[in-house]
Amino acid sequence: MIVMVGLPARGKTYISKKLTRYLNWIGVTTKVFNVGQYRRDATQVYNSYEFFRPDNMEAMKIRKACALTALKDVCDYFTRERGQVAVFDATNTTPDRREVIRNFAKENGYKVFFVESLCDDPEIIAENIKQVKLSSPDYIDCDKDEAVDDFLKRIECYKLTYVPLDDDNDRHLSYIKIINVGSRYLVNRIQDHIQSRIVYYLMNIHVTPRSIYLCRHGESELNLVGRIGGDSGLSTRGAKYASALGSYMRGQSIRDLKVWTSHMKRTIQTAEALGVQYEQWKALNEIDAGVCEEMSYEEIQENYPEEFALRDQDKYRYRYPKGESYEDLVQRLEPVIMELERQENVLVICHQAVMRCLLAYFLDKSAGELPYLKCPLHTVLKLTPVAYGCKVESVFLNIEAVNTHRDKPVNVDVDRDTAEALGTVPDHI
Amino acid sequence: MMRGCSSSRTKLTQNQDRTVCMTNCPTLIVTVGLPARGKTYISKKLTRYLNWIDVPTREFNVGQYRREFVKIYKSFEFFRPDNEEGLSIRRQCASAALNDVRQYLTEEGGQVAVFDATNTTRERRETIIQFAEQNGFKVFFVESVCEDPDVIQENIVQVKLESPDYTNCNTEEAVKDFMMRIQCYENSYETLDEVLDRDLSYIKIMDVGQRFLVNRVLDHIQSRIVYYLMNIHITPRSIYLCRHGESELNVKGRIGGDSGLTPRGKEFAKKLTQFIQKQDISDLKVWTSQMKRTIQTAEALGVPYEQWKVLNEIDAGVCEEMMYEEIQESYSLEFALRDQDKYRYRYPKGESYEDLVQRLEPVIMELERQENVLVICHQAVMRCLLAYFLDKTAVELPYLKCPLHTVLKLTPVAYGCKVESICLNVEAVNTHRERPENVDVSRMSEEALLTVPAHQ
Repeated sequence: MIVMVGLPARGKTYISKKLTRYLNWIGVTTKVFNVGQYRRDATQVYNSYEFFRPDNMEAMKIRKACALTALKDVCDYFTRERGQVAVFDATNTTPDRREVIRNFAKENGYKVFFVESLCDDPEIIAENIKQVKLSSPDYIDCDKDEAVDDFLKRIECYKLTYVPLDDDNDRHLSYIKIINVGSRYLVNRIQDHIQSRIVYYLMNIHVTPRSIYLCRHGESELNLVGRIGGDSGLSTRGAKYASALGSYMRGQSIRDLKVWTSHMKRTIQTAEALGVQYEQWKALNEIDAGVCEEMSYEEIQENYPEEFALRDQDKYRYRYPKGESYEDLVQRLEPVIMELERQENVLVICHQAVMRCLLAYFLDKSAGELPYLKCPLHTVLKLTPVAYGCKVESVFLNIEAVNTHRDKPVNVDVDRDTAEALGTVPDHI
Repeated sequence: MMRGCSSSRTKLTQNQDRTVCMTNCPTLIVTVGLPARGKTYISKKLTRYLNWIDVPTREFNVGQYRREFVKIYKSFEFFRPDNEEGLSIRRQCASAALNDVRQYLTEEGGQVAVFDATNTTRERRETIIQFAEQNGFKVFFVESVCEDPDVIQENIVQVKLESPDYTNCNTEEAVKDFMMRIQCYENSYETLDEVLDRDLSYIKIMDVGQRFLVNRVLDHIQSRIVYYLMNIHITPRSIYLCRHGESELNVKGRIGGDSGLTPRGKEFAKKLTQFIQKQDISDLKVWTSQMKRTIQTAEALGVPYEQWKVLNEIDAGVCEEMMYEEIQESYSLEFALRDQDKYRYRYPKGESYEDLVQRLEPVIMELERQENVLVICHQAVMRCLLAYFLDKTAVELPYLKCPLHTVLKLTPVAYGCKVESICLNVEAVNTHRERPENVDVSRMSEEALLTVPAHQ
């Protein structure tokens, strides 16, 4: 159980959602339990900050009941849904409340890891309120100034009883204290691998505004003839795209843009046209199709019809003989994601399967959806973190290219006939 | 910093292909702490790790400079804060060390220098910060704070008694003197302060890793250093490294592939089981790759084991399942290039040792976190792991001897690793090919194949 701690508007929900997205992407089933959401379901209508006054007995009862209901759902998640990590997102600002949670965890045999966010910078808090509180269901019918005023009073209600995790009293607990959005961290008693990974992740994320640009290499020679994998160069249209990409990126006027490619010719040739420094990552290479490298789908169906069907049955976990699976890809892309989190403005020129994996991370797509995400050639996806998620702008650079997207066919049985298997193969030379 | 490469990526220029550029400007890591707090242990370990992941790093131990200057250590009196002569010498030693740091980072291609000294006063640290600023180095402090008398005692026993300073002392005298030495520093010790030092980049390690305070991590390399320091521990344990039992392809002199064990290989698996049982290890973790031969070896142990894809053998690309003789016949140029730079050479459509190290980094990180582990892997993989533990260079790494049916037991001790090599007495082919004398592309077949070990 990851237990958030902190006053309102300290980024607890932001951290909860982001951490959950990351853990799910690396294959650790994780779910957020936001007690505020339970409160909204229980009370239906939000009136004012008075609900949160520490002397409001009736409200206290409701709030405690919500916390306990959420804990019960955590229990269900672990036992019935086989979840591995639950993120308990609430203020949890008093030692008493934290004690209740610890006892609950102890009774059920769960490990507890606290994540406390401390911040006294009024600008950060104001920005926070603007980005996520004003659009909250609580303030739907309020005007901006009223909402801000009410929320600040709400924070005051918590401040009266807030006891941060204490160096001495809480020295036996496992926790990380994040101070002022990551300028400082206090880490105590990491117990295991997953807590170590969580700490590493939390220490690498930031909230500085920036954009991440994802695109594939320009159309390649092998793309044109409908063959997968290989290491071919750009087609004429692909080279045109590289040029257009250069113009587009210059138009974006980004200061300090990092450009990353794979080690394969087609991404390198694309980057070369930009005329700026770029970094090559082997980890960004396209998925290794093993024995099927450089084959067309028609040839795969002819030579490996069973493999072809098995792949359609579970495209995420299926591993090409002597090759890789999407699941393997995610594992090798993890350091790329970690470095993307550290960086600011980055353009990643990669490949179809690779781009699907990266996109799935940013847009919180499941393993079922990931291998079918649409990542067409000659289209740049501009991702800008906003509020709790990511804004996506899809920019097609107006240079024709083949379609390389093969949808899941209706019939995935190993005994299907060739026509059914090849029904969704896109056109090519 | 890697520039945009032109498309003439021949094998010989492959060493320009790097992953993330770790540092734009060099980094100076500065240790802080009283004597016997593990500063040198951390310095050496961190240096070993950074070099293994291809970040040229060197440590500069000021105590070493002092020993060379003063020649003979008399007593703790040298370290008394009122010993003017002592102070002067110590300042000179620190300067000399910093001078060498400057040379290493600016002229010798170093990327990280670890300045290993007590650095317990703000004044000394300020001097170093100014030095770094003048030279364009980033500074990252690593402070080790520990008040547990047991830990300090164990520390003194493990590394101080062996120190050249105490060669002619008996244990009791040495311990007493060293305790007095620590006291000399205690009065003027100014620990990194949350307020006063809030603009510095540092990690404070408390109580041997129970707690960490991390302030202002500036870049990728500092982030990796912090992650590493947070994962290491000093709990006694052993790491067992071995290869799978002899495989069908081994016997035929073929590389790569995914074959099963030979009868002798199965015999090894049995002997391995007996060996492990005799070692009587509490809570042993067993790791294998996802290839048949390591899995079959582990199966014989009859205990749960974890499969890691990243422990798979190096991918020989187009040369998979070939004999060296066949590689010489079909790819004589590649074969020669490989002998010229075995660490960086990448098989066409395959991997290099350099690639291997990168994919094995998470294994190393998890090995640091764990306690007793048995890793059943492959020749090239084992060489990479061994090079990490024994601090071998990129040149030595691809030629480390990792014979079949032999277990290497690694036990961390003092500043390094004790290695015990245990041959389990089951015959197997030799798969070790030494670097031949002639590595020119124009060499003859015989010269290329001279060092190929015998096979069926």
